Amino acid sequence: MNEMLASTVTRAEVEDLFYHEADLLDSWRLDEWLTLLTDDASYYVPPNDKPDADARFALFTIADDIVRLRERVIRLKDPNCHAEYPLSRTRRLIGNVRITGVDGDAILASANFIIHRYRHNDLQRVFVGQYRYKLKRQGGRLKIAERRAILDAEELGLLGSVSFIV
Amino acid sequence: MNYQPAGSDFVVENAAQQTFFVNREVFVSEDVFEREKRAIFDRCWVYVGHASEIKNPGDFKTRPVAGRPIIFCRDGEGRVRALINCCRHRGALVCREREGNARQFYCMYHGWTYHPDGRLKSVPGADAYGVAFDKDEMGLVAVPRLEAYRDFYFANFDRDAIALERYLGGAREYIDLVIDQSPSGKMQIISGTQEYDIRANWKLLVENSVDDYHLITTHSTWLNYMRNSGVNVTPPKGELLPTRGFGRDLGNGHLTTDNPNYRGRPVARWISVYGEDAKADIDALRNELVQRLGSARAARVADTNRNLAIFPNLVINDGSSVTVRHFYPIAPDRMHVTAWALGPVEETEAQRARRLHAFLTFYGPGGFATPDDVAALEAAQLGFAAWREVRWSDLSRGMAKARDQQLATDEGHLRVFWRKWNELMEARA
Ligand code: FES
Ligand SMILES: [Fe+2]
Repeated sequence: MNEMLASTVTRAEVEDLFYHEADLLDSWRLDEWLTLLTDDASYYVPPNDKPDADARFALFTIADDIVRLRERVIRLKDPNCHAEYPLSRTRRLIGNVRITGVDGDAILASANFIIHRYRHNDLQRVFVGQYRYKLKRQGGRLKIAERRAILDAEELGLLGSVSFIV
Repeated sequence: MNYQPAGSDFVVENAAQQTFFVNREVFVSEDVFEREKRAIFDRCWVYVGHASEIKNPGDFKTRPVAGRPIIFCRDGEGRVRALINCCRHRGALVCREREGNARQFYCMYHGWTYHPDGRLKSVPGADAYGVAFDKDEMGLVAVPRLEAYRDFYFANFDRDAIALERYLGGAREYIDLVIDQSPSGKMQIISGTQEYDIRANWKLLVENSVDDYHLITTHSTWLNYMRNSGVNVTPPKGELLPTRGFGRDLGNGHLTTDNPNYRGRPVARWISVYGEDAKADIDALRNELVQRLGSARAARVADTNRNLAIFPNLVINDGSSVTVRHFYPIAPDRMHVTAWALGPVEETEAQRARRLHAFLTFYGPGGFATPDDVAALEAAQLGFAAWREVRWSDLSRGMAKARDQQLATDEGHLRVFWRKWNELMEARA
């Protein structure tokens, strides 16, 4: 681990970022959420059967570059996004936050998550898994350069669509 | 006037009135669900898997096929097998992994082991069995019939079924069109599986997979995304419906849409979403197609989108990417979907990445379109709770026109499915 870079961030700072992000996502303040990301951020949900796969070679559930991620937010705000209209209610609990290393100028951090999701006319669905993040310091702020939400379920099965931002 | 039928038949077609109705009981009834297992899934060719998924001797995948646990594998001699994953001793699954490479299948219950070709290899304490015990007879049971068309393997649980090639009929030509993307004629299933349930009857996904009537309403957010990315989503002049874009009957209950493409295809039709860098590469792909196939066939491969439904439950979409997906009913109101991406084996890293990116924009549980299809199907299933009061689904679009004039936005191709379904269900009644 690059001690110099790693020492510029504390776990408390990473936790603050994760908890703030969780609040923005659960309250559907998606434009504000986008401001937590770098201009070249990406968002991945790997396939359940290949959680360690690379999106260039494997079919993911979600593999957004920043362009498509911004479009995803536009879609999610549109009442014609039928899978999320009416919006689901989500509540995410984040724990086991750790700084795990560095990669170039990025700080690596991980956390476990449980997301309860409720929708009108629908089952309660629980998404459980691990976040793996790449974080970068920009203008003094810690920003998200990459977020990967790895689901523990062996297959999506009754989780159905991954239509909200995990 | 009585627009809708009386009575309680499952499928009611009235040529004079130009109407076609499906009784919603078929989406909710336990009895229909049970009868479908015997009349449809035990008699039709059902998809098992693609040869590229099990490249080497000993490679295996386990998956349900027509409700049975199946090991899809390649034996020591390199032959493809579909074995029923059920121990001959007292029934346990002999393979409990999703995939892998095995020199033998070992039943964890009492330790019987089987070769990858199914033969029984060893039985602990075999001397306790009587004189009639015959190891040669006690191998894993193979599916009654296993046949392939161009690397797509299908099983049939009816030993007397017609040959797969005959069964596929006109669908073969459309499978060929997909495979023609590959210079060597070899496509492969790409790693990474999308498996999800939909809380709706499986037949709704057949309809939805080929239904172009819903595009503009159900998928307006996807159309927005394409527009925002600089893609012209209005059909260009001369390609405007209703002069192009057909729904076709391919015989035996198979059907397809056949549409001019104007929203990009990673095989040979560049759009701005792919980026400027991709332009030259896609031109080269197109040149290769023209060289190999001639310009007419190349245009057919490169410039048309085709959503192909192979009766009863396999869909191959060749559009912004190629998807292979099949789906099984678990209950009248629930299905399990498995979807893969298919691509030419010789694709470069950049081409593969472009294909996968295009796939995810539209398709799959995290795409910009599929989740809304799922929402539509689940909304329909919820509505069907009132099937006794609101009995009929209306599939009459295009009934006034000849069968070979059906547009992809009509419902003529959906009726192809329903006529076959009804024929098979009545044959068993
Ligand atoms: S059930 Fe397989 S060895 Fe007994
Ligand atoms: Fe759709």
